[in-house]
Amino acid sequence: MANRIKIKKGLRIPLLGEAEETLRGRVTSEYVRICPEDFHGITPKLAVKVDDAVKAGTPLFFDKNHPEMVFASPVSGVVTAVERGEKRRILYIEVKAGSAIQYEDFGKKEVASLSAAEVKKSILDAGIWFLIKQRPYDVVAAPGKEPRDIFVTGFDTAPLAPSADFILNGHEADLQAGLDALAKLTTGKVYLSVSPKTTNKGLREAKNVVITEFDGPHPAGNIGVQINHIKPVNRGETVWTLNAPDVALIGRLFNRGIVDLTRTVALTGSEVKQTGYYQMLIGTELKSIFKENVTEGISLRYISGNPLTGRKIDAGGVLRAYDGQVTVIPEGDDVHEAFGWASLSPKRYSAGCTYPTYNKNYRLDARLLGGPRAIIVSNEYDKVFPMDIYPEQLIKSIIAFNIDKMEQLGIYEVAPEDFALCEFVDTSKLQLQRIVRMGLDMLRKEME
Amino acid sequence: MKALKKCLDKIKPNFEKGGKLHWLHSTYDAFESFLFVPNTTSKSGVHIHDARDSKRTMIIVVLALVPALLVGIYNVGLQHYMAIGQDVTFLTRFFYGFLSVLPQIVVSYVVGLGIEFAMAQMKKEEVAEGFLVTGMLIPMIVPVDTPLWMIAAATAFAVVFAKEVFGGTGYNIFNVALITRAFLFFSYPSKMSGDQVWVRTAGTFGMGNGTVVDGYSGATPLGQIATTDAGGFAEFTFHGITGQPLSLSDMFLGFIPGSVGEVSTVAILLGAVILIATGMGSWKTMLSVFLGGFAAVLLVNLFAQNVIMEMPVYYHFLLGGFAFGAVFMATDPVTSARTEKGKWIYGFLIGLIAVTIRVFNPGYPEGMMLAILLMNAFAPLIDFYVIDANIKRRMKRTAIAK
Repeated sequence: MANRIKIKKGLRIPLLGEAEETLRGRVTSEYVRICPEDFHGITPKLAVKVDDAVKAGTPLFFDKNHPEMVFASPVSGVVTAVERGEKRRILYIEVKAGSAIQYEDFGKKEVASLSAAEVKKSILDAGIWFLIKQRPYDVVAAPGKEPRDIFVTGFDTAPLAPSADFILNGHEADLQAGLDALAKLTTGKVYLSVSPKTTNKGLREAKNVVITEFDGPHPAGNIGVQINHIKPVNRGETVWTLNAPDVALIGRLFNRGIVDLTRTVALTGSEVKQTGYYQMLIGTELKSIFKENVTEGISLRYISGNPLTGRKIDAGGVLRAYDGQVTVIPEGDDVHEAFGWASLSPKRYSAGCTYPTYNKNYRLDARLLGGPRAIIVSNEYDKVFPMDIYPEQLIKSIIAFNIDKMEQLGIYEVAPEDFALCEFVDTSKLQLQRIVRMGLDMLRKEME
Repeated sequence: MKALKKCLDKIKPNFEKGGKLHWLHSTYDAFESFLFVPNTTSKSGVHIHDARDSKRTMIIVVLALVPALLVGIYNVGLQHYMAIGQDVTFLTRFFYGFLSVLPQIVVSYVVGLGIEFAMAQMKKEEVAEGFLVTGMLIPMIVPVDTPLWMIAAATAFAVVFAKEVFGGTGYNIFNVALITRAFLFFSYPSKMSGDQVWVRTAGTFGMGNGTVVDGYSGATPLGQIATTDAGGFAEFTFHGITGQPLSLSDMFLGFIPGSVGEVSTVAILLGAVILIATGMGSWKTMLSVFLGGFAAVLLVNLFAQNVIMEMPVYYHFLLGGFAFGAVFMATDPVTSARTEKGKWIYGFLIGLIAVTIRVFNPGYPEGMMLAILLMNAFAPLIDFYVIDANIKRRMKRTAIAK
């Protein structure tokens, strides 16, 4: 029987548009775009030129500071564009997909017979090392550093989050191969977290890992919360973090010998007519699943990811590298609501008690619903922050960029996503995730 | 509403960058966002937001103050007509009280909000809503006869020197409404204490003219007990302004002389219920203030040497500004301790110090204001030690890991 940890603090935001558990087929697009900004913490250097032919698994670019860390093309075809933005920053690399996918052959491998160095080299060479992230700093893991432990979250509690059970259905062998590979990479342990509702056998009966059950509302599925409860990260330590579907992608490399970055993606949100799951490669254009499937006549917000941590994309956007969810909600910039401060409208949702609460799912838009202010209300963040950390004081120390205080208050244990719920409930409408991201980046620069 | 929106959209360009009224941008924005929820959407970070904002928060607190204000207004009229010996209807009393208190509310809001708007404009920021609450608190904690110009001067002083110099709402160290009262108290003691200021005896706008009856005394119950010659509490009785004895229910309902907001304990409790139910006021702070007061009273009762030391604990809670301070002043999130453990300590000490000042300082029978201001200064220190425990735990863990 797994260890069970009960999470009391947190919040389940009742949103409309949860994905129906039906696989609606495979989505392909003519062009696939990879955005290096998805891989936080790296400096991309191009490995291809426009007009180069690539296969699935061919490196498109690599990290300047870790040249061994390459980033695979998810599809085979011809590089058609490298779009750059300010300061020549690479916005995306576009590959025109060929008719049938050709894969680079990395060879099937039996994980059990490989050494730690061989496992690491296999993942690096295949260009999917980015699936492994690290704490502190919440960046792509530095391959040179030995992690204390590796943490894998087997469920997602974010609003409208896809079901890991459903996604991993049929991929249990890949998941186990991935977990075995991870176990080779650390002298510590691999911790896998599941929820009480987890039924997938690959998760429930995973071997070579320590299974912990987390029971509670969001952010119980966040890896940061889990680490904080299992074995917190101390100064000077590094742990690696992944989620279960990404572990299965790594396992797929060993089991099949190819780089197949196909994800099962949930299409969710109140403005989607027919929700469900689609299979697609990362970087696939999403316009075909939006077409005639979203509310018309109002302005919409398309999100790659969930409504708390996802990235804003446009209707022609692509699936970003780490996301297993696409969400469409109303933008709200065409709404004019009078006397909001006095409103008792059942359309308004608040986690606090200043509005009447109804037991229903809400259709929330992207409005801030207020102006930015100084932090006024106390104990607001704490209620949705189930870690042994004082979130408000940590935020203040980051704003002041007081390195000592940041360390003392536990910055090494957090990632921006851990503050997403705080940002949602914040009366002062501050951009907490951005503040934390900035703090982590500046600290990393100071420390490395 | 649509016509109004159209009208706003029409004049908006004047206030935007380059417009000739750009120097009034914050003011325009304050009114627009008061009328319509701003439809700016998130650019990065979370895509959805809670419907609660700063305006909602402040409005709820103002709403919680309303019961105490209404009973207080009625009581101003009640005390007035009692003092001049006239028997009038409920509505007349209420209307008299309303006319007496309204100018103070108007002056407090006009002066305070005027400064807030000007400062926001200078800093090119949005107008913060904090003063909506402060502006309502000020007339509720000063004697009804305080001259308007004093309220104006004190409000201006407090808003500028207790709030704006620190950076505005959310950054102040001391409760702004209490600084206003403290300013008045130390600058114009004769208008803020004694037995002449708590009951309005003069007419208001020609209403309720008359002369006070024989045997009138405007001393508050706490003023009476602080200056009594009685040998013990058993021999002492609280009396109203015409000499009639005061019952506990008078004190609970609020029919005693005192500041507008603080007299009615029942209305304050109703406000406390609103604050706690909406999560706007911390029940921990409120409860711990009463616990601290309770502990202090038990202690002085035990070693009682004079009448006020003998006064039982329920009188302490019913009289003066104790309940009002505990519910509306101590819970101000900006100046209170911000950690949950800290709130217990913070509240407890407020109750303790308030009773101490009350009992041991006959010249100044009401200690709530000074107790809260003192603890405002110590709140960051309390938080420091609470957070330091967390830090020590983490540092210890790091040391073991190495």
